[in-house]
Amino acid sequence: MKFHNPNRRAILKYGAATGAASLATPYFFSRGAFAQSNNYRNAPTGSTVTLGFNVPQTGAYADEGADELRAYELAVEHINAGGGGMLDTFSSSALRDAGGGINGKRVEFVTGDTQTKSDAARASAKRMIENDGAIMITGGSSSGVAIAVQSLCQEAGVIFMSGLTHSNDTTGKDRRANGFRHFFNTEMSGAALGPILQKNYGDNRKVYHLTADYTWGWSQQGSMEKYTQPYGWETVANVMTPVGAGDFSQYITPVLSSDADTLILNHYGGDMVNSLTQAVQFGLRDKQVNGRDFTIIVPLYSRLMAQGAGDAVKGIYGSTNWHWSLQDEASQAFVRSFGEKYGFPPSQAAHTCYCQAILYADAAQRAGTFQPSVLGAALEDFEFDGLGNGPVLYRAGDHQCFKDVLVVKGKENPTSKFDLLEVVEVTPRAQVEYPADMLGGELGPYNDGV
Amino acid sequence: MLRTLSRSDWLLMAIFTAIVVTLPWTMQPIGAAYPDLLQKFAIYGIFAIGFNILFGLTGYLSFGHAAFLGVGSYAAVWSFKLLTMNVLPALAFSVLIAGVFAFLIGYVSLRRSGIYFSILTLAFAQMSYNLAYSVLTPITNGETGLQTRAIRQSAEISLRDGDIRIIDQALGIQEFGVPITNLFGMKMSGYPGFYFCAVMLIVCFFVALCISRSNFGMMLKAIKSNQNRLNYTGIHTRPYLIAAFVISGMYAGLAGSLLAITDPIAGAERMQWTASGEVVLMTILGGVGTLVGPVLGAGLIKYAEQKVSSWNEGILNSAFSFLPDGAQAFFVELFSFFVGEGWHLTLGFMFMVIVIFLPGGLMEGFRRIGRAFNRARRSEGGRTTVAANTPAQERG
Amino acid sequence: MDAIFLQVLNGLDKGGAYALIALGLTLVFGTLGVVNFAHGALFMLGAFCAVTLNNVFNISYERISETEKDFLGNPLKEQVPILQDWVGPDVAAFLIDWSVPLSIILAVIAMAIIGVAMERGLIKHFYKRPHADQILVTFGLAIVLQEIIRHYFGANPIPQPAPDAFSGAANVGALVGLGSNVIYPWWRLVYFLFSAMVIFGVFAFLRFTTFGMVVRAGMQDRETVGLLGINIERRFTIVFGLAAVVAGMAGAMYTPILPPDYHMGMNFLVLSFVVVVVGGMGSLEGAVLAGFLLGILQSFASMTEVKAILPGIDQIIIYLVAVIVLLTLPRGLMGRRGIAED
Repeated sequence: MKFHNPNRRAILKYGAATGAASLATPYFFSRGAFAQSNNYRNAPTGSTVTLGFNVPQTGAYADEGADELRAYELAVEHINAGGGGMLDTFSSSALRDAGGGINGKRVEFVTGDTQTKSDAARASAKRMIENDGAIMITGGSSSGVAIAVQSLCQEAGVIFMSGLTHSNDTTGKDRRANGFRHFFNTEMSGAALGPILQKNYGDNRKVYHLTADYTWGWSQQGSMEKYTQPYGWETVANVMTPVGAGDFSQYITPVLSSDADTLILNHYGGDMVNSLTQAVQFGLRDKQVNGRDFTIIVPLYSRLMAQGAGDAVKGIYGSTNWHWSLQDEASQAFVRSFGEKYGFPPSQAAHTCYCQAILYADAAQRAGTFQPSVLGAALEDFEFDGLGNGPVLYRAGDHQCFKDVLVVKGKENPTSKFDLLEVVEVTPRAQVEYPADMLGGELGPYNDGV
Repeated sequence: MLRTLSRSDWLLMAIFTAIVVTLPWTMQPIGAAYPDLLQKFAIYGIFAIGFNILFGLTGYLSFGHAAFLGVGSYAAVWSFKLLTMNVLPALAFSVLIAGVFAFLIGYVSLRRSGIYFSILTLAFAQMSYNLAYSVLTPITNGETGLQTRAIRQSAEISLRDGDIRIIDQALGIQEFGVPITNLFGMKMSGYPGFYFCAVMLIVCFFVALCISRSNFGMMLKAIKSNQNRLNYTGIHTRPYLIAAFVISGMYAGLAGSLLAITDPIAGAERMQWTASGEVVLMTILGGVGTLVGPVLGAGLIKYAEQKVSSWNEGILNSAFSFLPDGAQAFFVELFSFFVGEGWHLTLGFMFMVIVIFLPGGLMEGFRRIGRAFNRARRSEGGRTTVAANTPAQERG
Repeated sequence: MDAIFLQVLNGLDKGGAYALIALGLTLVFGTLGVVNFAHGALFMLGAFCAVTLNNVFNISYERISETEKDFLGNPLKEQVPILQDWVGPDVAAFLIDWSVPLSIILAVIAMAIIGVAMERGLIKHFYKRPHADQILVTFGLAIVLQEIIRHYFGANPIPQPAPDAFSGAANVGALVGLGSNVIYPWWRLVYFLFSAMVIFGVFAFLRFTTFGMVVRAGMQDRETVGLLGINIERRFTIVFGLAAVVAGMAGAMYTPILPPDYHMGMNFLVLSFVVVVVGGMGSLEGAVLAGFLLGILQSFASMTEVKAILPGIDQIIIYLVAVIVLLTLPRGLMGRRGIAED
């Protein structure tokens, strides 16, 4: 055995580990009796419990992933301390009463890189489940990844608390019993935006859609069409654009020569930054068509994207799950604790991830166990408040949270590089609710992994 | 064919088999002994071995091999959806489809050589990827990826969202929720899945060994060293090239199918150029043209992707906890550039260092170590011979 | 008609960008025989020259504001650019506004240094190595460069506005006698002009100088030129530096069109190789021609009318053209026999 810089304790430790490794049979031979004593996968045996944070650490969404990870670390800190941040304002007092940790166990975590690729995300989730003994997986910054990891967690028998995923499918036709979503979806974006767009831009507009050519883009485009139709908004064209096109000029110039007076950009992330920047460069924001001001709309906003697009976002409407400028007590508490630790305000991705971690911990505490089926039941139809979105319902029918949706607008005179969006209106929850079976799909039974 | 294998080849086979089978034990000290990563070692090993049959033997650098990996995965998942959850039909189906696909692309692309060939294969793969991601969504389920589902309740549900599994249904197999892949009842996830992949890897390795030692393999190597000369002697090289391309495409298809078998989902990004580039990197990293090299390269890259990326600050802190506080903070800070979210940096440096100092990849490194070791032993051996001889001389 | 005219403009604009990136790549390949997978990273570094200059102009000191509050409710710390105190607010505002065009100067200097250092330190050891080794080492280098940029600038795109004078759109329709819908962003017109100038500059340099003559001779037959007693090594270094400078300038000027992020180079890498190969390896004219051809075809393939007939054609057009060109013209549009075929 070769170890440089030998130190007695390290040698003892490593020696024991390798010694045990060469003698011990792999996990699957010895698993039987051991696993049977607990009736669910990765049941924590010691004084700690391990959560798996699966976020994009490389690739286009790396900054969003980094923000998610910060939120998780903050959440773990608060859970282990039994208070702090939004845990103090959260309507359920189970975690506060417990005075630190979940079910008497201290929370630890492992991290993984999804690379915003389904394969990599599943591989990293599997590592956390198979190798690190993670009891739940959470995080992610795209719907494709969320759906892929959700179905993996269903198969493996652990809970999945999705991060930023906006596609209907996550809790629609790809819903799973072990998967829960706090973030909103394209349906709610559409329902929230429709009336406000009508109020600001009037009836009977001619709309040109540029849509990212994949599942989320289509679903977003469909919702926007559905919820603007009642006001006589008519779709002139719906053009699919390749993901990661970079230069969108060849899709924007046809807008100029059409008779459309509204452009809806069903893009997210880098695509949205580029297409919006370029659309504004083409003078679309200042254009007049048939005596009306030309309008650009971005259905899903995030602060990081707004930062990337810079001045181009000014005056552009969109929707968002949460924004740090909200003045309610919970949001303020979260922004304060996050800002004091990291020096800047949290993004909506950070907020949803923080909430998911707290909600999971709280459900486990209330259920008294980490067993997915029991813990899941504690989350189902759970009504709560004090996490920055007003009163929220975790619906049992599709494991989707229902809460108010924020309609935001790019700020004309930002005071700092974080102050880019202003909340125009908070669309009440009742307005964005829809029946649980509307989007199809079946939750199926819980899987405890044994 | 078997007769062409020398004794050292059989020895290599035996050692390789022993190492692969014992991976669940030997990988424990480095924290890689869990089913998913071991499966990935084996699967990407197969992918790289197959790639090396084309690149290593003929010198034709394909930049679109991921297309066959993707096609293999899609074929396997469709087999699960339409026929049965048993993995054997999926395996056969994938290899067949990937072979046909490889024949079509190879037939066209092999009309050119050098970088023109590389770009042709890249173009075909990128077209497959772009279409699979968008327009072909009815077949591929686009961004979300194709998955196995429960048996559909009515014919109105599209096949993407509900399966039919004709054979399983005909056999009257009961299903609860979404079923898992199996080999006649043995589930193909976890360690059984790894051993299935391991057997495949060993078989594939053996086939590659046979090919490389056969007349066919000699012909491929001849193409690499001087294709013109072969043409002058009246040998038509194209059929050999196409055969090599198809075989290597089938390896990729098999790897793709194993990905779907151990984890029944198939996504378009498996066909992206980065995935094609990855197998090129694995092969060059391990050693082009060697048998073991590509497998090593595959293992190293997958290990970096899975393990190095997971070493966050917490883990670093405990790893360096034996140091005094100041030194601990320094080392944690230093290493956090290279691990966790910085794992790409490690990968980049690894590529550069290995190619700069070991032109033949990792295998070159082993050869050098072996040579140095041999030299040391030989000089030592020489001394003893002299010593042994001395008494005789004295006697003489 | 308007739509077609606009798509031609788009195509020329794109083509200019493609040609600029491909030019350096094919120059390096033709003279040095090196497949440079780090070329996209050089483009990205150029773009970050613009970001850096903007950041430098905006280096500020803090002044506690008496009225405004920050997001935590503490008094806002106002950022005052140091530049303002040095040259006065008007000049400072002008410099910040014009930081993108000004960054060309920085890009030329920085990229020349980086290019020469790269060639001397790394690339020159790989002239005689197989293409596979060149790919691995330059790809590794590209990843390292990317990660370094990410460490300092983050992964999010960073907006770089064009100068105010060029920020709007020009009424091109009025100039050429088309409808008032024919408008085109000033900055894209500037970019097109800029790329045309750089392309002509590079060609003139290679055509009308002794240095260029030697380089062109080297592209034809490296060994013979070496035998003539010409110090080809030093010229190789300069050629590599030139390629890096062209890529860097292209990147810096592109930032108002595409807010730069650390992996933008990778997105251009595959595309630039396709352009180079379609043009014919080692042919400068071919690279330029292929750049414009692919740019224009891509623009037209994206039109709704075309997509209605062939769904998804805009996603694959570049690759489809590459396949067709390579199958009909064995060495691309203007490639020569014997280059890159072994």
